[in-house]
Order: sequence, then structure tokens, then C-alpha cells
Amino acid sequence: MTAIATAQSAEAPAGEAPAAKRLPGYLPVWAFILAEMLLFAVLFASYAFARVDNVEMFNLCQQTLDRNAGAINTVLLVTGSWFVVLAVQAARRDDRRAASRDIGLGFLCGAGFLAIKVFEYAAKFGAGITFSTNTFYRFYFSLTFFHFMHVILGMVVLAILWVKTRQGAYGSHDAHGLESGAAYWHMVDLLWIVLFPLVYVMR
Amino acid sequence: MSAFFLNPANRGWLVLVVATGATWWLGEVGAAGTGAILAMLAIVFIKGRLVILEFMELRGAPLMWRLLLEGWLILVGGLILLAYGISLK
Repeated sequence: MTAIATAQSAEAPAGEAPAAKRLPGYLPVWAFILAEMLLFAVLFASYAFARVDNVEMFNLCQQTLDRNAGAINTVLLVTGSWFVVLAVQAARRDDRRAASRDIGLGFLCGAGFLAIKVFEYAAKFGAGITFSTNTFYRFYFSLTFFHFMHVILGMVVLAILWVKTRQGAYGSHDAHGLESGAAYWHMVDLLWIVLFPLVYVMR
Repeated sequence: MSAFFLNPANRGWLVLVVATGATWWLGEVGAAGTGAILAMLAIVFIKGRLVILEFMELRGAPLMWRLLLEGWLILVGGLILLAYGISLK
């Protein structure tokens, strides 16, 4: 996975001509992002279709979820995503200080997300609800925990980008590595944008 | 303050936060059924497209990549709509 941040040397940037249409970052990273998204698409659809046979149970159990925590976590992820956009913009104008600061702020948003999620899980376990309680909770725990792991992975990527940005690896000359890591972090955000309404709100 | 709105990323962030509030509110008022599902999927589409086009910067990418990611959004939304449509019958 560190390939996201260190792939500079491995692959040619996707599209160099500034006037032409250009995919930011490295092609293999985008292929990886697409594979992850397809996997989540299958999981989202599995949830929606499993619900068809258990509508009442799903609606009942959904009421026990902490919607406030889910919404605050959405705000944290979109804000974390926004900070990383600002970091890429700063790197392109060679403002290394602003770039590393914004990556750091994005990382903190991710940490806030994880903290809230841990409290949410603790509250569920405290109420005696676990993975094996029923189909709804099996989906709730597996979907959110799988996403949780992706937030951690995204934060590892951000940590590497932070170090490399401070070392001056990215600037107006080359920001492909930073763009690649940023795209992965935005994917983590994008997945939660679907997951939150689907599991916490739609009924 | 108006300088804040000159950056598309800042405007995008504001829309994302407001849209998140809208989804939360639909949950608070207990919105359910076809209209609620359609409204929430519309919000997902607006937010998702914003992240794809503005944050991931695919607006300026080759069309294939735009179609792949926007297509993912439509595919996921469509499957959810189909499943919920069946369950409402």
C-alpha cells in the first residue's frame, strides 16, 4: 500500500501535457481505487438486497444506530478530504508549509472519525449487540469495520505524504505522488458518503 | 470572506457539509418510503459527484475515468433503488 506514496519512480505519470485532459496521480493507484470501489459496490448491494427479506427487522435495528455520530463522522471525512485538496493546491504553488499543515489537518479529521467510531462500537458492545446478533448487525459491523480499516490505511498514506511533503518531494515540478494519495483519501470519503445514508438513515 | 468562495474546493466543502445536514435531518424527522429514498439518493449523487469531479479532479481527466467513477455512483444508486423498490412492493 505504501506504493501509493512511493510509486513515483515506478510508473510514468498518467498524461503529461498540461493542456490535454489529465488523470491526476498514477494510473495503477486509480486501478486499485476502482477495484476497491467495485468491492464496496458489491457490499452495498448485498446489504440492500438482504434487507428485502427482512425489512421490519432492518428498520427496527437501524433505529438503534447513532445517527448523530454517523453524521458528525461524515462531516469529519468531507472536511478531511477538503484539507487534502487544499494541500495539493498548496504543493502546486510550492507552499510546502501550508501543504504539510493541511495534510496534518486531514490526518486529524481521520483520527476524529476513528475515535467516534470506537465509541460507537463500545456503546453497541455495551448494549450486548455484536456481529452475531442478527443479519442487520452483521452487515453494520462488517461494512463499517471494513470501511474503518480503509480510513486507517488512508491515514497511513497521509502520514507518508506528510513526511515526503516536508522533505520537499512535491511541488510545481511534480505532485503526482501527492495526487495519488489524495485520490485514495477522497475514495474513503466517497464510500462513507454512500454508507452513512444507506445503513444509518434509509428506511 | 468572499475570497473564501473563490476557491471551488471551499464551495464544494460547504455544499458537502450542508448536504450531510440534510441527510441527518431526513433521519431525524423519520422520513421513509419512496420519496425519502429518492431524496437521499439524490443527495448521495450530488455529494459523490462533487467529490469525484472537484476533489478527485476528474473534471479535467480523460472521459473514460469520469465515466467509470460517475458510472459507479449511478450503478450503486441504481442497485439500492432497485432493492428498496422491491421491498416497498
